[in-house]
Amino acid sequence: MVKVENEMTKEIALLVAKWKDKEGNLIMILHELQNYYGYVPRPAALELSRALGTPLARIYEVITFYNFFKLEPPGKNIISLCLGTACYLKGAAILLNEIKNLLNVEEGHTTKDGLFQLDVVRCLGCCGLAPVVKINDKVYGKVEKSQIMGILSEYNENKADQ
Amino acid sequence: MEQKLIFIKDTDNSQDRINDFYAFFLNALKENKLDQAAQVVRVADIGIYDKGLVVKISGGANEIIYAFVQEANINDIVCRSVKEDKIIPELLFKDSPKQLRIVLRNCGQIDPENIDEYIACDGYQALEKVVNQLTPEQVIEELKKSGLRGRGGAGFPTWLKWNLTRQAKDIQKYVICNADEGDPGAYMDRGVLEGDPHSVIEGLAIAGYAIGANKGYFYVRAEYPLAVERVEKAIKQAYDRGLLGKNILGSDFNFDIDIRLGAGAFVCGEETALIASIEGRRGTPRPRPPYPSIKGLWDRPTAINNVETLANIAVIILKGASWYSAIGTEKSKGTKVFALTGKVKNSGLVEVPMGITLREIVFDIGGGMISDKEIKAVQTGGPSGGVIPKEFLDTPVDYENLQKLGSIMGSGGMIVMDESDCMVDIAKFYLGFCVDESCGKCVPCRIGGYQMLSVLGAISEGQGKLEDLDKLQRIALAMQKASLCALGQTAPNPVVSTLKYFAQEYHDHIVNKKCRSHKCKHLLNYSINQDKCKRCKVCAINCPVKAITGDKEKGFFIDPKICVRCGKCFDVCKFNAIAKE
Repeated sequence: MVKVENEMTKEIALLVAKWKDKEGNLIMILHELQNYYGYVPRPAALELSRALGTPLARIYEVITFYNFFKLEPPGKNIISLCLGTACYLKGAAILLNEIKNLLNVEEGHTTKDGLFQLDVVRCLGCCGLAPVVKINDKVYGKVEKSQIMGILSEYNENKADQ
Repeated sequence: MEQKLIFIKDTDNSQDRINDFYAFFLNALKENKLDQAAQVVRVADIGIYDKGLVVKISGGANEIIYAFVQEANINDIVCRSVKEDKIIPELLFKDSPKQLRIVLRNCGQIDPENIDEYIACDGYQALEKVVNQLTPEQVIEELKKSGLRGRGGAGFPTWLKWNLTRQAKDIQKYVICNADEGDPGAYMDRGVLEGDPHSVIEGLAIAGYAIGANKGYFYVRAEYPLAVERVEKAIKQAYDRGLLGKNILGSDFNFDIDIRLGAGAFVCGEETALIASIEGRRGTPRPRPPYPSIKGLWDRPTAINNVETLANIAVIILKGASWYSAIGTEKSKGTKVFALTGKVKNSGLVEVPMGITLREIVFDIGGGMISDKEIKAVQTGGPSGGVIPKEFLDTPVDYENLQKLGSIMGSGGMIVMDESDCMVDIAKFYLGFCVDESCGKCVPCRIGGYQMLSVLGAISEGQGKLEDLDKLQRIALAMQKASLCALGQTAPNPVVSTLKYFAQEYHDHIVNKKCRSHKCKHLLNYSINQDKCKRCKVCAINCPVKAITGDKEKGFFIDPKICVRCGKCFDVCKFNAIAKE
């Protein structure tokens, strides 16, 4: 644990050094932290607060304002279900219910086995394919309710293989 | 042999494994030992929609476009068209779209990651002309004559914004490119940033020159990683060529650009909230005035322009204001990019001259409705806009006309709705978005939005009263008048416009407790059509609340008191025996 924290200190010191002279750096540093850890761990936020001389409350104020920043570790596979207008019109809400039922998970949360995280997003920018479900980096377009089970099981099998 | 470019548009999902075609092409080139002769580029938009995988080959004798390309065709294309420059007639795509591409001029035409290709298409010539031949006043004058208005939504004249910022006295000024495209159902900016990032960088540099700023920021959505990557690359290339940095193109103009990432807050599209976000704070708006042109980023004069606005600048400088102002209507000049989506056959990015009718966009370019259901309305402007019913389809599209109809131009989302879409549900959807995204700073937006949403919720659940319609109008007015920023002021628009044009639908929900589009599930009634029912019992087995009872002799029945309207029985019945009304 000590070693991990040392690494964290080092990592954050590097980040702070990179951004120190730039104005308005907090959001950019948080982006890099989240890229690295997948979320913003509390010890990292504490360390950042020390390194930047910024109160922890101000860092959390920013983290919790923006949807993009996460405070919990992500699931192994991240499902981004689009509820943008085009997808909504074409039945994305039905897909959402189907995923919730199949995985027994609420939006914004991770399944008990940590295999899937279900996020609802507002627009993935490919409305021509509506309704869209993205799992990790793979985009599934024109998805129908009956396909959900098949799509999700692709990721279950991956787990069995490992 | 000159190197060829193979563009592939793999964003149409009408065929399997479409996303793998990039790799297929690379493999095919390698197998034929042609990997030095051609380069494969993935593009998001090529101007051709619903035609399967589209491949464009340039650099040969003729430019070749193939549509509906299948995996089996790849080797053929590589061997014949890439190697021998021959055309495969069966695959050839022929079309003459009714569009006019100014902003999207290079999207799908050039490799967005290669600055030389942009330069070969007259890229950065406008910047050179500006810094070496024109004074900032002349640049602003040219824009004034062109009639360009901001493409972010409100349509504020671009020259005026620049002029106000220019006239503000300060030693440090900024320009910002607003690429925080958060409007659900719109992706114009993404198309431009991914397809032609240099055109936006050039526009931003010209803006910097015109207002006297030596620093520019790109504020890009973090949700668009490819756009971020391409803008980063493009900025680096521009620095390497001396198109950014110190003494640009031999002049005494210095200009630096930095990227700042958004973090998923719709309100950050609002100017003062965007500024707060770039400063590293929560993205909450502040009262205006003072406007950003006087007191913006770090309290310095700042001009904020949308991606699409900036992509227009270089062309206007090169081709002249009179060329540009000849396109469009009296008060709205030039073209507009729309993200055409919804129940339309060809959804995608379209760029049309201002003044074209909605009907032309939906039917001539969009190819008409996706099913045999009739068009009901077109929604423009996203959560800040309104619905335009089919009676007004022949209205020419410009800023004023759309506003008169109770909608707005907005950033360019255009969503086509048909008879199966419930207007109460749509209003609830958009309002729900604004309630989610409200920053919570001012009361009218925070509480007004929430209250309107709960009234709409009651109506869609059959609990509405007629006086609720009055209540909605009253809260809407309060929000429009008293909210701090445009998010709250425009959030009631979808509700107000659906109330205006589809009052009958609200009445149906409240008085008759019916939703004709079958969207509001609480107002649905499921029953079993005994003539069609084969007594297979599948519905009864699948019903999660055991609302279906009966036996093979008497038949099966749904108890509406127990039924939760989940629709499971409707989905599992193989004989269409479940009736929904």
